[in-house]
Amino acid sequence: MATTLDRTARSFLLTELLGGMWTTLKFFFRPKATINYPHEKGPLSPRFKGEHALRRYPNGEERCIACKLCEAVCPAQCITIEAEPRADGSRRTTRYDIDMTKCIYCGLCEESCPVDAIVEGPNFEFSVETREELLYDKAKLLANGDRWEPELAKRLELDAPYR
Amino acid sequence: MSGTAIANPGPVADAASPDAASGARRTVEVDNHTLNFGPQHPAAHGVLRLILEMKGEIVERADPHIGLLHRGTEKFVEYKPYLQTMPYMDRLDYVSPMCMEHSYAIAIERLLGIDGDVPRRGRVIRTMFAELTRIMNHLLNITTYALDCGAITPAFPAFEQREHLLEFYEAVGGSHYHVNYFRPGGVAKDVPPEVEERIRVWCRQFPAFVEELEGLLTENRIFKQRTVDIGVMTPEQAMEWGFSGPNLRASGCAWDLRKAQPYEIYPELDFDIPVGRHGDCYDRYLVRVREMMQSLRIVEQCLDRLEPGPVRIRDFKIAPPPRRDMKRSMEALIHHFKLYTEGFHVPAGATYTVTEAPKGEFGMYLVADGTNRPYRCKIRAPGFAHLQAMEVLSKGHMLADAVAIIGSLDIVFGEIDR
Repeated sequence: MATTLDRTARSFLLTELLGGMWTTLKFFFRPKATINYPHEKGPLSPRFKGEHALRRYPNGEERCIACKLCEAVCPAQCITIEAEPRADGSRRTTRYDIDMTKCIYCGLCEESCPVDAIVEGPNFEFSVETREELLYDKAKLLANGDRWEPELAKRLELDAPYR
Repeated sequence: MSGTAIANPGPVADAASPDAASGARRTVEVDNHTLNFGPQHPAAHGVLRLILEMKGEIVERADPHIGLLHRGTEKFVEYKPYLQTMPYMDRLDYVSPMCMEHSYAIAIERLLGIDGDVPRRGRVIRTMFAELTRIMNHLLNITTYALDCGAITPAFPAFEQREHLLEFYEAVGGSHYHVNYFRPGGVAKDVPPEVEERIRVWCRQFPAFVEELEGLLTENRIFKQRTVDIGVMTPEQAMEWGFSGPNLRASGCAWDLRKAQPYEIYPELDFDIPVGRHGDCYDRYLVRVREMMQSLRIVEQCLDRLEPGPVRIRDFKIAPPPRRDMKRSMEALIHHFKLYTEGFHVPAGATYTVTEAPKGEFGMYLVADGTNRPYRCKIRAPGFAHLQAMEVLSKGHMLADAVAIIGSLDIVFGEIDR
């Protein structure tokens, strides 16, 4: 009997609806969880898998030795490498293409690279207007590496104990 | 009007028809009309094309047409070394990626016969992230389901919570969804201590959020009117239709693979299985809310069990050697190259490995033929079995109830179409 009365009273007094509205009102006065995106960005860990970059050694020599391990491991088969010995006899790539439209950002290329040459950097804002611009070639990847090198080196250093 | 007047658009049995002259009054049935629900309808939860035969506003027949998101994952898996197909598992049920990887990783471990050798810390991390994934999945399901029933408010705070979980994903696996984190023999990388601490902090504030969520939905009369006694599934029916997971438990069967055939460290964990009583949409909601709290309990227990140690098996034929070894030791470098090109060879055999994914029994049937890639892969997606019950669940209900039923079943097309 008491429960029936209780339920009837609750039903007529709209308690659950008012309670819900009260909760909603509380949300209104709480600090905002949203961020003002182009000006503020969410946190990224050193492991973030974003736009690819080819790195260089501090002396300017490119790291990639054309072992083609990334090409072999890539599940989407988006990496194409051609290589031949350079004038000084060292083996380097003549062509290093990544089809960013095929890439699934699994991070296996970075994981497999024995010389830390190909990395997936912290950049996630690389949208372009045409499809062709997403077919990255070696020059573009090396330029990415030059632009992001300070951050890339820091990321690798931070993540080194876990790799 | 002669013959069968079936394709008649409106009531026509009136005196003007020639039959009226014969004196026999006829009632002509108004034809059922067919309604295409989806594939671009926001309440269809993805690319579901539901052909509804309606009689007025009552659903007479519901015929789900699937396959719009078919990507051929099963066939793809047969053509790639085991390690390289792991990222594609994330893309099956894309709202609970790590649970999809989990079945695949355990299946490979069983075929290799190393399922007992996975290091303790690797196991605890996998269990913990499987449960965080469960919370993530249920947060999305409950709130979108509420959205379908007209409640927009819960979605915003719940997505804030989900964002925290996605940040944990990002901190360990490098991306919000397609993490490629679980590997045969453990996990890809260790969880940094500060992430452990962040998960601990998050765990402390989560119960207060669930209380608010329940305050918004559980007793809400509008939500209850839309869900109570809608789409009722009896336990017998649920078993016949191949239900599993929260949908089966809402019908009253206490069947949970984490208890029924425990894997990872579940046997030593203390948690309960919430069970519904009526099998209606409301019970499916309640079971999910309670499950989130149980998952939280598991996550807390896992955090207490996280002791320092290796996270992946020390068999360099299966898991890569540590990077510092690879840089110095020739043997490790050879292992590294062999693993990332050829992969590992799995002895011939077959396994059907199931885990309790957030949506239900996620099974992986793998046949290995001794090479470095599976001979056959069949994925048992829980959503597939749930979707086929749309017909029995929505028959006789209104169109708006069909939306509530789809929401309550927790359907994601990545895994159904594979």
